[in-house]
Amino acid sequence: MAKVFKGRPVVAGSCTAPALVSHGGFNTLASFQMAMMFGDKKVKCGDQNNADLYKKPMKGTALCLPQTIGSTTGGMVLYTACATNNQPACMLFSKTIDSLAASGAILAEVWTDASMPVVDELGDEFLDYMKDGMTVTVSPDGTVTVEE
Amino acid sequence: MELTREQQDILNGSQGEVMAKVMKSLVMYGETFGADKLVPVTSEYGHTVISFGIGVMKPVYDLYDQLISAGALSKQKFSADPLPLDKKVPSSLLQDIIFKGIMYSQQGRYEKQLEKLGIMSPDAYTCACYLDEVGNKPKKGDILSWAESSAVVYANSVLGARCNRNSGMLELMGSIVGYAPHFGLLTDDGRRADWIVEVKTTKKPEAQLLGSAIGMKVMEQVPYIKGLDKWLGTELTDEACAYLKDFGAATASNGAVGLYHVENLTPEAVESGESLIREGAPVYVVDDAELERVKDSYPVVWKDLNAEPTLCFIGCPHLTLAQLKSWTGRVSAALNAKGLKKVSVPTVMTAAPATIKKFKETPEYEQLMSTGVILSYICPLMYMNNPLSGKMPVITCSNKLRTYTTARYYTGDEILGQITGGAK
Repeated sequence: MAKVFKGRPVVAGSCTAPALVSHGGFNTLASFQMAMMFGDKKVKCGDQNNADLYKKPMKGTALCLPQTIGSTTGGMVLYTACATNNQPACMLFSKTIDSLAASGAILAEVWTDASMPVVDELGDEFLDYMKDGMTVTVSPDGTVTVEE
Repeated sequence: MELTREQQDILNGSQGEVMAKVMKSLVMYGETFGADKLVPVTSEYGHTVISFGIGVMKPVYDLYDQLISAGALSKQKFSADPLPLDKKVPSSLLQDIIFKGIMYSQQGRYEKQLEKLGIMSPDAYTCACYLDEVGNKPKKGDILSWAESSAVVYANSVLGARCNRNSGMLELMGSIVGYAPHFGLLTDDGRRADWIVEVKTTKKPEAQLLGSAIGMKVMEQVPYIKGLDKWLGTELTDEACAYLKDFGAATASNGAVGLYHVENLTPEAVESGESLIREGAPVYVVDDAELERVKDSYPVVWKDLNAEPTLCFIGCPHLTLAQLKSWTGRVSAALNAKGLKKVSVPTVMTAAPATIKKFKETPEYEQLMSTGVILSYICPLMYMNNPLSGKMPVITCSNKLRTYTTARYYTGDEILGQITGGAK
């Protein structure tokens, strides 16, 4: 049984990917820096403060999160992840996207050929519902369809 | 978003494809957050968070080459975050090989790019660019296109300038076109307080702990803090500003705070008082027990929790001149009290190159050097990014450094005890 959520497309696009869920703020620098620095092909999360994601592979996942937090290098980290094809398949925000994540996603959209649809304002119910491994399909209009 | 004729022309390619992409990036950024227009950047200088030439971030420097080739240079000079390498900071041969040969392989290339793009001077590398001796201190009401979370929150809160929590790269693009999207912390409404924080501690709260607690609670929202003026006073003295620098950095790194108001102290709180607070704002009470709870919640990722520390960093964000003098006095007094001459843990204090120059003119400089403390302009976070550094038992009183690295957090007093031969 599929469940459908409607959000706002920040970067429009479509994809299908397994969910990876962070219930707390996603610290972009802390999450990506070690994996990118040492060429971890699975891009495992390096943020020791994020119990949901720590050491889990992020590449190719439908990353579900409330917002990103932390250093203002966050946008360039996300841009670099996209430019080197190490990005999540999509990023799905329950709240309005924060300025750093938006910057990274927009820079990737304007300056690279990478595809990483971004949808925000999916609501708290979305994040409460999501579990790791659920299959997520994103449509260009911001519709997110979830199958268990 | 409504664009002026000039802005629309740039977007349409009147100044070339690269400038059109720069403008498109800013317009998309603004539209995402409901910006109604682009407003001129009015500060004298910019500030970029990117000071490091990390090999894996080569795409960033490739993009900067595109900017330079197209003549898309910054309209304003700018400062940058601290440099990642300093040979004065202890490191092994293997660490040096990893630092210079692998991690920061783009450093030389990037510093040359910054010269072309418009860095203020070779000494303009610091996260505390707003200090008097550095010279990048915006005026109240200035519109900034900055990134560096600790500098942005300081400029907004303590100086009353207006800047969003921009990302690295996009902040430079704002300086290149000379405009910033008008939303969030650039607007009057965006600067109103979403939270009331009541500080009810029995002693002056540790800046780095209080900031951490508030950041984790309010995340990206704006707190209005009551009760802190009891401990800091009602004047923005050097001591109060140094406290707010460390406090703000912790709010920004442990959460995503871009602006805070301190009742009776910070400029907008002094001007407008409680009228800044939104109706129905929730209240967060911080007392001694809450600070203890927050401190106890920090994970320690050392393999051996009882390891003796092999390095200590003090100064993330970079220390002020007054802080350097204060630490000198405290370290000297603690060593004297124990009959010691040198610190027992290799200790690096970090400050802006311009602050270090000024400090060298004071008697405290020789006093500090005699204790064995190393003074450096380095970014401790960049040092700790080395995997070999990550395995070292490093201690710090910086909550930002704790958040992003394996460094273990202690309060300032605890750090003082450790580096001067005291018990852990």
